[in-house]
Amino acid sequence: MILAATSTAVNDSGFQPYWYLILGALLFSIGAVGLLVRRNPLVMLMCVELMLNAVNLTFVTFGTMLNDIGGQVIVFFVLVVAAAEVVVGLGIIVAVMRRRPDATADDISALRG
Amino acid sequence: MTNLLALEEAHTAAGFPVLAVMVLLPLVGAAVMALIPRTRPDLHRLVAIITACSAGALTLWVLYQFKTNDAGFQFVVSQTWVSSFDIKFYLGVDGISLFLLVLTGVLFPIALFAAKPDHDEKGYYLWITLLMAGCLGVFCALDLFLFFLFFELTIVPLYFLIGRWGHGRKVYAATKFFLFTMFGSAFMLVSIVTLALLAGAGENGQTSFDLIKIVESGAISQNWGRVLFCGFAIAFMVKTPVFPFHTWLPDAHTEAPTAGSIDLAGVLLKLGTYGFMRYGLYLFPEATVWAAPVMLTLATIGIIYGAIVAAMQRNLKRLVAYSSVSHMGFAILGLFALTTQGLEGSVLVMINHGITTGAMFILLGFLYSRRHTYDIASLKGLQTVAPVFAGLFTIVMFSSIGVPGLNGFVGEFLVLLGTFVSHRWWAVVAATGVILAALYMLWAYQRVFHGEVDDANRDMPDLKLTERLVMVPLILLIVFLGVYPKPVLERIQPSVERLLVHVEAVNRAAGHDFHIATTEDGEHLEPVADEPANDGEPKTDAEPAADAETSGTTQTAPEAGQ
Amino acid sequence: MVSLVWLIPALPLLGFLLLLAVGPRLGEPIAGWLATAMVAGSFVVSVLAFIGLHSQPDHTTTFTLFTWIPAGRFNVDVGFLLDPLSSAMILFITGVGALIHLYSIGYMHGDKKFSKFFLYLNLFVFSMLLLVLGDNLLLTFVGWEGVGTCSYLLISFWFEKPANASAGKKAFVTNRVGDWGFMVGIFITWFTFGTIQYTQFIPVSPGAATTTATIISLMLFIGAVGKSAQIPLYLWLPDAMAGPTPVSALIHAATMVTAGVYVMVRINPMLHAASPWLPTLIAWVGVITALFAATIAMAQTDIKKVLAYSTVSQLGYMFLAVGVGGYWVAIFHMITHAFFKALLFLGAGSVIHGMDDEQDLRRMGGLRKLMPITAATFIVGWLAIAGVPPFSGFWSKDEILTYAFHQNIALYLVGLFTALLTAFYMSRQVFLVFYGKARWNDPAEPSTHEAHSDAEAAAEGAEAGAAAVATAVDAGEHHEIHPHESPWTMWVPLVVLAVFAAIAGFINLPFADSTKYLENWLEPVTGRYGAVVDYSNGTIVALLTISTIVALSGIGVAFLVYRRRKLPAAWFEPPLFLQGWHYDAAVSAFMGGPGRAGFNALSWFDRTIIDGAVNGIGALARDTGSIVRRTQSGLVRTYALAVTIGAVLLMLFVLTRVNW
Repeated sequence: MILAATSTAVNDSGFQPYWYLILGALLFSIGAVGLLVRRNPLVMLMCVELMLNAVNLTFVTFGTMLNDIGGQVIVFFVLVVAAAEVVVGLGIIVAVMRRRPDATADDISALRG
Repeated sequence: MTNLLALEEAHTAAGFPVLAVMVLLPLVGAAVMALIPRTRPDLHRLVAIITACSAGALTLWVLYQFKTNDAGFQFVVSQTWVSSFDIKFYLGVDGISLFLLVLTGVLFPIALFAAKPDHDEKGYYLWITLLMAGCLGVFCALDLFLFFLFFELTIVPLYFLIGRWGHGRKVYAATKFFLFTMFGSAFMLVSIVTLALLAGAGENGQTSFDLIKIVESGAISQNWGRVLFCGFAIAFMVKTPVFPFHTWLPDAHTEAPTAGSIDLAGVLLKLGTYGFMRYGLYLFPEATVWAAPVMLTLATIGIIYGAIVAAMQRNLKRLVAYSSVSHMGFAILGLFALTTQGLEGSVLVMINHGITTGAMFILLGFLYSRRHTYDIASLKGLQTVAPVFAGLFTIVMFSSIGVPGLNGFVGEFLVLLGTFVSHRWWAVVAATGVILAALYMLWAYQRVFHGEVDDANRDMPDLKLTERLVMVPLILLIVFLGVYPKPVLERIQPSVERLLVHVEAVNRAAGHDFHIATTEDGEHLEPVADEPANDGEPKTDAEPAADAETSGTTQTAPEAGQ
Repeated sequence: MVSLVWLIPALPLLGFLLLLAVGPRLGEPIAGWLATAMVAGSFVVSVLAFIGLHSQPDHTTTFTLFTWIPAGRFNVDVGFLLDPLSSAMILFITGVGALIHLYSIGYMHGDKKFSKFFLYLNLFVFSMLLLVLGDNLLLTFVGWEGVGTCSYLLISFWFEKPANASAGKKAFVTNRVGDWGFMVGIFITWFTFGTIQYTQFIPVSPGAATTTATIISLMLFIGAVGKSAQIPLYLWLPDAMAGPTPVSALIHAATMVTAGVYVMVRINPMLHAASPWLPTLIAWVGVITALFAATIAMAQTDIKKVLAYSTVSQLGYMFLAVGVGGYWVAIFHMITHAFFKALLFLGAGSVIHGMDDEQDLRRMGGLRKLMPITAATFIVGWLAIAGVPPFSGFWSKDEILTYAFHQNIALYLVGLFTALLTAFYMSRQVFLVFYGKARWNDPAEPSTHEAHSDAEAAAEGAEAGAAAVATAVDAGEHHEIHPHESPWTMWVPLVVLAVFAAIAGFINLPFADSTKYLENWLEPVTGRYGAVVDYSNGTIVALLTISTIVALSGIGVAFLVYRRRKLPAAWFEPPLFLQGWHYDAAVSAFMGGPGRAGFNALSWFDRTIIDGAVNGIGALARDTGSIVRRTQSGLVRTYALAVTIGAVLLMLFVLTRVNW
């Protein structure tokens, strides 16, 4: 199915749209692994951003491949959400860092059930 | 299936929807109270009393206007609410719910007069008023959804009343009450929704929550009927309470404030038994007959067990709580006996229990306000220092024991008689409950009132005039209903009989060999010489033939002329 | 005149209501006179009704007041049945009742709760009249329970003493055991006949199946056993002596305890239709109770306790009569018993009053000269109960023995022996109280109080009431007692009762049909199904002679023991008798021991098992929650990991679903 889709939209530069998908997947996995492995809150936040942007890339690629503008529209939504989330997340991190400059993600468990 | 339960024309004398006003009035009152600031407790009390008395007056008016020989629903109010599910604001009264409404209307104002809160008056009066609305609504509702709404509405106010204005382990008691009752209600909710969906009683097989339409549609199969009945039954068994779901009651009663106890014992317990009658018997007649032996057994156990455990209590209020378990056992017994006398007795027991136990809790409230204890061991010789109090307590106590001449006897006797006709041995065993009732009550009375007064109790003042006045209406009712219960019975009977006819018809249609047990062929008034009498034809399909007890003769055909 | 029958119970009820409203304000003695007047008025109306009844067909009339309980096919009205049986009973109930009311005015003088006493007494008379006049089983049951309730209120009248309160409670609860039987009897009756009105079901009851008739009669008999204090439910009656003496006289001698006999006589056609084992059982229960109670009476040291056991014994005679088919005979003995037993109780009360509340027989003696009227009347009562001709008890007791003789010689012999014992213990009482040396100022003997149960000790203390000086209980202490005759309000009733106790026997002499007034009068009710005893005058005289000899022998032996000291008293007063054959102690031990343990076990069950289950569910929810909440670690990375795993799983799931 992917092959059929690309055959209509590709231009003759030898470029294959699914390369972007692989790039997107790669970026996403880097972000995911980083989120799980790293302890620094700022770095975790950056990994989340990375994941979000990887998703953006994937959406745009699919939009092109399927010739649907919806893919690009969703990017707007994701960007807005990412921005809002960064604001809140950085605010929390700054507040936490002020009290304990060497805090890691493992130290913040005040919301435990 | 014959349309046995056609709706009567709306009897709205004076052209206004009495029941709607009656049910909504307390809600309005509560809203008004919400607006009055906390700093005016006197205003709150005033609004509460006015609201309660007005609603009570309306119930009395309904009683006055009630047509005695009409077995159907009167004063019907019907307003569409959620049309897609055919949920209506649908209220109506018949003989069975009439006196329960009046009971509510009478007991709530009395409870308000009998006791005052010592803190946070606004919340107290607000919750009591809401409670009244819920109770009134339950007894009139003819729509399943509306019924459930009001049923749940009664739980929350009582939770707060017990938890905030109670004493002792009030929070534990309140939480236990709430969770236990909710647990039962959860099953009922599932049953209600399932029932409405399955019955599809609206137009074109649409879902409807209209009680009467669902009954008339006759669309529930036998097995589903039994399952759904169990769902309802669990909720009602917890509410009544029926052994073994009764343990929330002693704690709730003991720790509740006086008005809470009065309302709880006087009115709320009746929600369960009323529920059985209106939603158990009416919706699921076949399942009722099927479940009768189990329920009768549980009821009998409850009567005796409640009495025995009551005898061992050291807390006076807890003792009365267990006695309530015992009395409600009588109500359930009469209900599932499925005879005219049994059902009438059951309704009468509900009414009488409300009056008697309400009065008892009022008296206990007076006691607590003076001595701040319910512990039997701390109380002694009260009859010497407070003879009026003792005298009133004696009357109420004898009513609870079931001494003829007072109201308690008539109900209990009819229940036992009615049960005997259809389920003989249950009645014989349950009748021993009268012995136990005398035992625990008189023993408690002796420990508290008789004997020499000791120092701790010597200074207890007797009842004030206002307190005596509060008791007067209840005492009058106790005596009046014992001597002349005819007006009450007259109004209950048509509805009861219609219900029984319906139960019988449904069971017959389902192919069961069931009939309402009476002394069908026992009217031998001419002297019969040496001819073995036909003993009364007993039994439902629930009890195998037990003729061996009464006679060795086989059933002879009714003779001509008899 | 018979239409006034409703007045008969109405007057005492009116008295009750008036006293309820203004009793304390009327005070002593007006409250007493009011109550007495009401009962006396009832008596007058009863006489009028009795006379009027002669002109009614079958000497029966009914009168319905209003519908009480309409419940489908169960329909009970409040109505009265005036027939030979009920008219005979209301005469002595109101008559003796009025005399006892009069007596109480003197006896309760000075008591703080004077008007309350009469309040209860009037209510009691009302209930008893309802019992007897009721035209259906349920109305009788109302009266039945009503007298039980009043009995409770009156026995525990001096409730400050715990023993009195206990006695009242014991009476009520024991009665209730019998009431269970009565209620079941009502159920079966309605179930079988469709009605519980006497005029409707009793005539047809002989046609009922034997088993049905037996069960109904048995159930009603169980009720009667409780109310009329037969074995095994007699325990409450001796304890009930804790109440004031007029209470004992009215309730436990003349009226309430006879209710059981009344019911059995009322249903005699059904009893006749029952299996023969039931009447035999009734007869044997009666005669064994009579014997048993007589033995206990022989050893009692409290003047009232002797009379209490004597009542149980005489009631046994009445049941013996019922059991052998002598229904009218039971009523005959009921009437004579009402007179002489009330007389004896009131006389005892007079003695107690005059002795400043001393009740111990061993501390009396020689009172004949100091209380002549009391003594003379008491002696009449003694002769009546002992069965000495021509006093009333002789005639009625002999009739019973004749009927017993007709049925079964064993019953006759036991009854005869009991008559001997009766004569003995009553003579003992008379000799100890009225004859011999005055012993009340003697240094106290080993106090009777040790041997007494709590109830007795308290009963003696209870008699103190408010006015009198308390009797010293400890050994060695005594104060000067000056026995004196009682006031006229007390001795007039004694005299009246004595007259009746003497002559009441003449309402039925067995020699010729014309002299059998009572038997003939009761014939419509008891004649058809009663036993027919037709002995020649020769046999009758022989039996009478034997009874007389037995009575005189009993008196003679007592004379030898207590006046001439020829025989040691200890032979006749073994501790076994004093302790009531340990039956009461055994029952108390059971109730306090295994009974209470059983109740406690159930209470524990409720607390621990059922409530435990409820709390257990709560605990389960809580514990499960505390395990599950460990997943909420608060650590972001854990959550992230969970999200990842979930996402992977979801994706794998989707992949399995996709069409490749």
